[in-house]
Amino acid sequence: MPFIQKLLAAVLASALLIFIIETVRRRKLREEYAWLWVLVGIVILTLALWPGLLWTITKLLGIELPVNTVFFFGLMFMVFINLHFSVKISELTNQVKRLAQEISILEGGRRGPDVNSEHPGEE
Amino acid sequence: MNHSDVSSESLILIPVYNEGASIRELVGEIREFFPESPVLVVDDGSRDNSAAEARAGGAMVLRHPFNLGDGAARQTGFLYALRHGYRYLVHLDGDRQHCPREIALFLEFLDRREADLIVGSRFLGRCSYPLSPGRRAGMRIFSLICSLVLRQKITDPTSGFRAMNRRALEIFTSGYYPQHFPDADVIISSHFRGLRIREIPITVSPGWSAGLHRGGTVFYYIYKMLLSTFVSSLRFRRRRTNF
Repeated sequence: MPFIQKLLAAVLASALLIFIIETVRRRKLREEYAWLWVLVGIVILTLALWPGLLWTITKLLGIELPVNTVFFFGLMFMVFINLHFSVKISELTNQVKRLAQEISILEGGRRGPDVNSEHPGEE
Repeated sequence: MNHSDVSSESLILIPVYNEGASIRELVGEIREFFPESPVLVVDDGSRDNSAAEARAGGAMVLRHPFNLGDGAARQTGFLYALRHGYRYLVHLDGDRQHCPREIALFLEFLDRREADLIVGSRFLGRCSYPLSPGRRAGMRIFSLICSLVLRQKITDPTSGFRAMNRRALEIFTSGYYPQHFPDADVIISSHFRGLRIREIPITVSPGWSAGLHRGGTVFYYIYKMLLSTFVSSLRFRRRRTNF
């Protein structure tokens, strides 16, 4: 692997890591979402510094070209993180739904006894 | 317990979405037939004057700040009923397809305490309900699935005219209640959670039932229902092995 490529990969990985840590520091990214990206940064950095590692993994998996190993894991990661986001979005959707329900009940109570108010009372 | 006790301890719930044209009249009719039962209208973020119309008709009104879905609107009503100590709840659709007089059938049945969830079926009685072949086939499939799972004949799993007791209310508010299309999957998960389900015949005015399941949503509906009924049964199995 030529030095310039190695340098480029290392610089990009470091920039990614610094960017992630900075956004976490500024509270723009929550820690529970940051870990996946931190992991990606570390993996890219490691592979940039020791490209031999990528060759070893490629051979171990029986893949012909190292670039395919990168594509494979890149794709796997994308699938995983999107699934992770879908789960989080579902969670948020449920929470928003419940909040809206609670607000409507609170607001209904705040309006006071409306037109009919024959409540049987708490049991 | 006499009949009027059941009425005063029952909340009548109507979830609405843009039903301003008819809701006032419907609420008025219900108040006339069942003066002892409070009527709660949950307005699921309508863009028209549904809430004001319902209030004018004599109902208590809860308003969602935005549209959440028919299931969520019902669930809001369930939460309200539970927190305000009602023993029973009857819900019907706000589009006037259900006959308010028939709430009496549900109250009567609730009073007998033979079931936790009572579903009004338009196919049990005089079956004069016109349906497109596609919808009919879809309903057949879901009735069949429900009947097989429950080992009990279920004819109308999509009915929006139902009644329940506190036990069912607790289950529907603490656990899963679908945000959209709360139909066959509710019946199946209720069964798995130990609720006794009965169907009673109702009459439906087909003219009104534009309904919530329109055109393009049919395929989504079938997909969603198959997946959630399947998952409901899986959930139950897992729970049973845990406890």
